[in-house]
Amino acid sequence: MSRHYTVKDSFAENRMFLSRVVAVLVFFSIMILGLVGRLVYLQVVGHNHYSMMAKSNRIKLAPIAPTRGIIYDRNGRVLAENIPSYSLELIPEQIKNIEQTLQKLQQLFAIPDEKIEQFLKQKKRSKRFSSIPLLVQLNDFEVAKFAVVRPYFPGVDLYARLVRHYPYGELTSHIVGYVGRINEKELKTLPVAEYRGTHHVGKIGIEKRYESQLHGQTGYSEIETNAQGRKIKSVATADPIPGENLTLTLDIELQKIAYDALEGQNGAAVAIEVKTGNVVVFASRPGFDPNPFVSGISNKAYKALQQSEDQPMFNRALRGQYPPGSTIKPFIALAGLEYNVIKARQKIFCPGYYQLPRLKHKYRDWKASGHGLVNMKNAITQSCDVYFYDLARNLGIDKIHEFLQKFGFGDKTKIDLVGEKAGLLPSKAWKKRARSQPWYPGETLITGIGQGFLQVTPLQLARATATLANKGKVVTPRLVNKFYNSEQTEITGVYEKKQIILNQQNVEDIFSAMINVIHGWRGTARRLSKGISYQIAGKTGTAQVFTVKQEEKYKEGELDSKLKDHALFMAFAPAHAPKLAVAVIVENGGHGGSVAAPIASKIIKQFLAETKVEATIK
Amino acid sequence: MKTETRDEQFYQPSVIGTILRTLHVDIPLFIGLFLISISSFVILYSAGGEDISILIRQATRVAFAFVLMIILAHVNPRQFQRYSSTFYIIGVMLLIAVLLFGYIGKGAQRWLDLGFFRFQPSEMIKITTPMMIAKFLSEYALPPKPKQFFIAALLIIIPTFLIAKQPDLGTSILVASSGAAVLFFAGLSWMFMLIIAGVLGLLTPVLWHFMHDYQKGRVITFLNPESDPLGKGYHIIQSKISIGSGGVHGKGWLGSTQAKLDFLPESSTDFIFAVFAEEFGLLGCLGLLLLYFLVIIRCLYIAVQAQDSYSRLLAGSLTFSFFVYVFVNIGMVIGILPVVGVPLPLISYGGTSMVTLLASFGILMSIHTHRKLLPT
Repeated sequence: MSRHYTVKDSFAENRMFLSRVVAVLVFFSIMILGLVGRLVYLQVVGHNHYSMMAKSNRIKLAPIAPTRGIIYDRNGRVLAENIPSYSLELIPEQIKNIEQTLQKLQQLFAIPDEKIEQFLKQKKRSKRFSSIPLLVQLNDFEVAKFAVVRPYFPGVDLYARLVRHYPYGELTSHIVGYVGRINEKELKTLPVAEYRGTHHVGKIGIEKRYESQLHGQTGYSEIETNAQGRKIKSVATADPIPGENLTLTLDIELQKIAYDALEGQNGAAVAIEVKTGNVVVFASRPGFDPNPFVSGISNKAYKALQQSEDQPMFNRALRGQYPPGSTIKPFIALAGLEYNVIKARQKIFCPGYYQLPRLKHKYRDWKASGHGLVNMKNAITQSCDVYFYDLARNLGIDKIHEFLQKFGFGDKTKIDLVGEKAGLLPSKAWKKRARSQPWYPGETLITGIGQGFLQVTPLQLARATATLANKGKVVTPRLVNKFYNSEQTEITGVYEKKQIILNQQNVEDIFSAMINVIHGWRGTARRLSKGISYQIAGKTGTAQVFTVKQEEKYKEGELDSKLKDHALFMAFAPAHAPKLAVAVIVENGGHGGSVAAPIASKIIKQFLAETKVEATIK
Repeated sequence: MKTETRDEQFYQPSVIGTILRTLHVDIPLFIGLFLISISSFVILYSAGGEDISILIRQATRVAFAFVLMIILAHVNPRQFQRYSSTFYIIGVMLLIAVLLFGYIGKGAQRWLDLGFFRFQPSEMIKITTPMMIAKFLSEYALPPKPKQFFIAALLIIIPTFLIAKQPDLGTSILVASSGAAVLFFAGLSWMFMLIIAGVLGLLTPVLWHFMHDYQKGRVITFLNPESDPLGKGYHIIQSKISIGSGGVHGKGWLGSTQAKLDFLPESSTDFIFAVFAEEFGLLGCLGLLLLYFLVIIRCLYIAVQAQDSYSRLLAGSLTFSFFVYVFVNIGMVIGILPVVGVPLPLISYGGTSMVTLLASFGILMSIHTHRKLLPT
């Protein structure tokens, strides 16, 4: 064992060991200084950064959705409100036996299996402590039924949420519109922060157009959560600012009268306050109940709406484009006077048809026997087509286009609704551009009686009527002309102010002709004059949907209902101090005078009765 | 004059000194360990969700470990030296037994189920390996010759490899470093160490090849924790957030939001330092580091005062291990070392490492209190 003989130098070993201890001590010191350096870096230099991270770790912002603004009609009747809706929700963590609980609830409420499946699916995705809805929109009976057995269902409870509701249903569907669940496309365009707590957004109508005002500002609750996201406590809250309440210019009572008057028909009625452009009636029939859209309409119901022949989802007042027929005649007549193409007293012979020189084609008058000698007043009163064929030919399409454009034809009215159509005001340039065809003289003639390419929306016609009643002062139709912000200050819309320069005598001539339509003994809407103490100025229209062949006669009874003429009427009243301008279109309604005019008359009657009451109160 | 006074002290020990010697307790070391244990209870109460039962369990372990420490302090270092090889061989055999019949927990095979309790042989080997190397080297003249070095190296590699195989990277590093520390204190030449370091550096890629995926993952995560913020990097990121948000003064006792709200994982065990740093801030951390440093200095003093090579080498090595323990844990928590699953000595919740550590302090006390009272 040689190793035992090794000589150990105890002193040298000792000294060497001491030097090693010193080295180790230096090494330890350096390493500890390294740790200290790192700690200083984290706790002093990085303190703010890590503090923020710690805070964002635990503090979550829980959005509090603002209450959506309420929509009223002009008299303060609620058109869109928020009502509580009850849902039955389960918190899995608080339920001992979920399967058994679900079974019991199923017996109680006859819940279809698919809803249970849906619930279980959602449960898988959710945290154990979150509340998961099983049934939504419970009725009072169901709420009461559960309230009785609630003690036997720990972890199951009723929750009330505010849901948008439209008390007038289909009456306001095309004006107020509706809100629906935010879809993926909207999610991309909506401001994320503002909509964190909101599930619904305006889809059409006022709800969409005034979304930013109605929505309000989202509030936040700062919640301290643990790593799993469970709420520990509320740290701070910023209250949401409710959306602004809107008061529409619409009169729901009048709207109802108009809507009821259109019963059984497809059509639209628009009434505008002449001075302000305030839209009082904006009816499009058929409408639809907007309420199912709020909670999510079923596929079946939606398909039924979309596939219905009457197209209830189609906003006829805003987007329906119809040939104006004879309702265009007062405007053409005024153009004739303004351009000095014709004098009001000048007479033209109407043999029942009109022919362009050297052409065989006969442009027929609605009255085959003809109107004989007619001046402008007679031509408008009796709606003589031949007079306007001749006038249109003398004016030429360019002047017609120029003049009608001033009244807003062929242009959007810029009403505060989304999706408006512009109609069509033809011109030579338009035809060349759109159809690559030259303009034919015959097309000018039929434009003169509101046929051919010319197309107007009911809203456009009402607006043009209001402009005419205003003697040239153009108004912009509005459904909202004021709203209140959170400080209750009134915000008024800015209107385009435009005046068409017109010879007042010419306007008077047209007015008196239009009064004669109702109050003259040969007027096409003379039945309206019965029982009213004021005068109405108006013009009937019957627009062809279907072209009758040259040698044939239009026989109403034999035609398919979809090919029947559209009935139109435009009017303002009282004739000498116009307050309301109305346009009515009844699709395939037949004669303007018998079908459309009575509807307008009902609106005018009610409106003037109301304003009279108002006036006497004041 | 000075020499005389000192000599007098040696020859006329005070009454207290006599009592302490009889108890074989080194008072400065004891106080240091006691203070650290107290800090442990304070922070554990907060990190463990203010649950008193956790404290009671920990207190039981600490009490048991302190008793073991004092028992070991009574054993003469000669006895340790005599049985070093035996302990070493038993330890290695137990490690093999673990690999063959061990109980698998948390994805690694570290425990031997002895029926009444689970035993982790790798903990024991942390002490028996330096004992073995110290015994082996102390039988020769120091510094060791290359031949002795290679034998010693082999004695280190065997348990290190067996533990790494479990797999338990943290412990195997500690075992290797405790063995290497003996060689260092034995006076291995700097040049030689440099060469060894170079060779090991070159072997790193080979080592990488033999590492488990989770171990590789930890290293990658360590190098770039943000690469996987919700996965492997989560520990380090949350730990840094805890520490950084503590600032200079800390959030106050029981004020840790990171641990309370479960953002910080392993907040009572391996990552307890992060909770400490969050609640007591930089100042608290400096205090704790100082406490550890004082314990280490006292241990080194004991090593220097030791009277034979075996005691010196063992004391130095155990001290070094203790330092590595502290450094690796804090380094990992503050994000300068990879996550290797080493608890913070004397503070982390858990019994096994506590027992081993206090056992090694017991040996140190034994070394110090069994000195022959002779003038040097």
